[in-house]
Amino acid sequence: MSQQYESMWRELGLDLTAHDALLKVLAQGYHDIFLSQANRPTGMDYFNFVVSEVHGLRIQELMDAKRQGRKVVGSYCVFVPEEIVLAADGVCVGLCAGADFATDEVEKLLPRNTCALIKSAFGFKLGKVCPYLEAADMIVGENTCDGKKKSYELLGPLVKNLYVMDLPQVKSEKGREVLRSEYWRFKEEMELLSGVKIDAERLKKGIDAVNAKREAVHRLSRLRNSDPAPISGLDSLLINQIYFYDDPARFTSSVHKLCDEIEERIAARNGVFPEGAPRILLSGCPMAVPNWKLPWIIESSGAVIVGEESCIGERGTRNLVETTSESIEGMIEALVDRYFDINCAIYTPNPGRLDDIKAMKSEYGADGVIHYGLQFCQPYQIESIPVEKTLEQMSVPTLRVDTDYSMEDVGQLKTRIEAFIERIK
Amino acid sequence: MVVTGIDVGSRAIKIVQMDSSTLSVVNMKKTETTFNPKEQILKVMDGLNSDVYISTGYGRKLVQDVCGCEAITEILAHATGAKSLFPEANSVLDIGGQDTKAISLEKNGQVGKFEMNDRCAAGTGKFLEFMATSFQIPIEKFGDFALKGQPGLAINSMCTVFAESEATSLMAKGIPSEDIALALHLSVVKRSLSMLRRVSDVGPFVFSGGVAKNRCVVKMLEDELKSSVFVDEFPEMVGALGAATFAIYKFQGTRKNIAK
Ligand code: SF4
Ligand code: SF4
Repeated sequence: MSQQYESMWRELGLDLTAHDALLKVLAQGYHDIFLSQANRPTGMDYFNFVVSEVHGLRIQELMDAKRQGRKVVGSYCVFVPEEIVLAADGVCVGLCAGADFATDEVEKLLPRNTCALIKSAFGFKLGKVCPYLEAADMIVGENTCDGKKKSYELLGPLVKNLYVMDLPQVKSEKGREVLRSEYWRFKEEMELLSGVKIDAERLKKGIDAVNAKREAVHRLSRLRNSDPAPISGLDSLLINQIYFYDDPARFTSSVHKLCDEIEERIAARNGVFPEGAPRILLSGCPMAVPNWKLPWIIESSGAVIVGEESCIGERGTRNLVETTSESIEGMIEALVDRYFDINCAIYTPNPGRLDDIKAMKSEYGADGVIHYGLQFCQPYQIESIPVEKTLEQMSVPTLRVDTDYSMEDVGQLKTRIEAFIERIK
Repeated sequence: MVVTGIDVGSRAIKIVQMDSSTLSVVNMKKTETTFNPKEQILKVMDGLNSDVYISTGYGRKLVQDVCGCEAITEILAHATGAKSLFPEANSVLDIGGQDTKAISLEKNGQVGKFEMNDRCAAGTGKFLEFMATSFQIPIEKFGDFALKGQPGLAINSMCTVFAESEATSLMAKGIPSEDIALALHLSVVKRSLSMLRRVSDVGPFVFSGGVAKNRCVVKMLEDELKSSVFVDEFPEMVGALGAATFAIYKFQGTRKNIAK
């Protein structure tokens, strides 16, 4: 595909050599980790295709949309309401990155003890390898953890149009007011950027599109509670990752198609893991493409991941937006209601997250919980200790894993995870 | 039936063979891992007679490649070995060549919480070995040497390289090397204990791994824990023993609670 898209990549200002190298690693990783899985549902073919064209056809589509005057908006957090972007006829893409890149350059700008997610976002910018970032007409940052908040100060001068959204830290009336006023401000900003006046009809369309997308992944999540597991955790994670890149309507119908097939599989007791395989719930920091390290270690050790309490997973997609209101004010309020309830660790306190973990544990029949913390991520690492304590007190075996994107700890992680699986078997 | 546990560690390969009917150890072997573990595995397994093999340790997959046997993690192996030697044990601390593990045992012998040291070898056998070398004392005698020291001194750095320079500057100040050696031992003990306490602080404790042969570490552990600790005569063989014991439980279907 390289030749075909080269001029597009050049036009976007990518570093072609570095970009080529990245694509090679991605393709190899994808082959080894995903394509080598046995007995995958054929509905995964669509997602294989999306991955193979993630820097090709999909970018082409974004460029076509731009030529038609539509705006591309990139975001780093699930608090940024895609509904409003869609209402302004825009395209919303996730920019979180899951691989180390240009680390030497990054460490000239950021302290070494910055989490890998943030470093990676900078690396993709400095290394000029992310076509989504380069195609974006506006990049939305948000005041969540300190690492992100402060690093947007440094990202601002590097990108053409950074917009920073303020976010509440406490689930109080005041906090809700922050989110409300920020969503109104964002709506105005989107109108300014796109020249489209967002009216009730447009916003309703946006809400319906994203609700439909969420409903599709909810359906998939529910199907994962069966034993034998009808789909691997890796494939499910991949779908949750693609959620952030793909065309919403096409994504939605592809997930439903896959779910139809999975239902048949469940009826036929046709699983991707043997019946009774140990079942793991993952909880913690988001895992962005191509960060597949931990799920790969878990599933290649014989356990199956049955749910992700993560922003790239259920924390990000839980709950639909209420559609009872016909007015723009009512709809924005409904957005605020839905998003305010995200149980992210930037909230203090954040007891809802623990409730979610417990509920997911029983919903999906998990035998144990693996808490995934990115090194230097204060919000999630600090929460991981009480999470572990509470779960262990309830006799739910829990393993805390703190890691990053590098491969140097794979051997050690493998031993710990295998031992954890021996423990829950 | 003869069963064999093979523990391929970073420094040494250990083999324990047991007779499944008498539950007694019939053979023990040990060799260096070297840079060519696969060849060493082949060598040490050559001529062994066994009905069942189970491998463990960081090189467990290599043994699987060689003989297609089942592999278990060193966590499960050490827990099983420790529990078979000391059935009343509740917690295990294992300090080996390059890693340290702490395991809490559930009542039925199953593994509860556990921890391992992360990427770096600070606080493991390697640390003591490195220090013994810079003191020009054979590693087997390093513990006894340290026991002659006066307590009171502290080494603050856990990093092998920085700890060595700390030790060197203390020496330059004329502080007796026994005292410094004692402080180095204490730093290993403190680090291991903080790991152990994260998983369990209920005795009885089993201390295993090559470092358990170091009398100074054992004594300091006992002082800090205010309790005696169980140390087997061959503490470095506990992992291999656990693997062999696991094989017996597994193939006899007995003691399912441990072997499960
Ligand atoms: S973890 Fe929190 S800050 Fe990060 S993407 Fe999710 S909601 Fe946003
Ligand atoms: S992983 Fe943690 S530290 Fe990193 S951006 Fe997310 S919340 Fe911040």
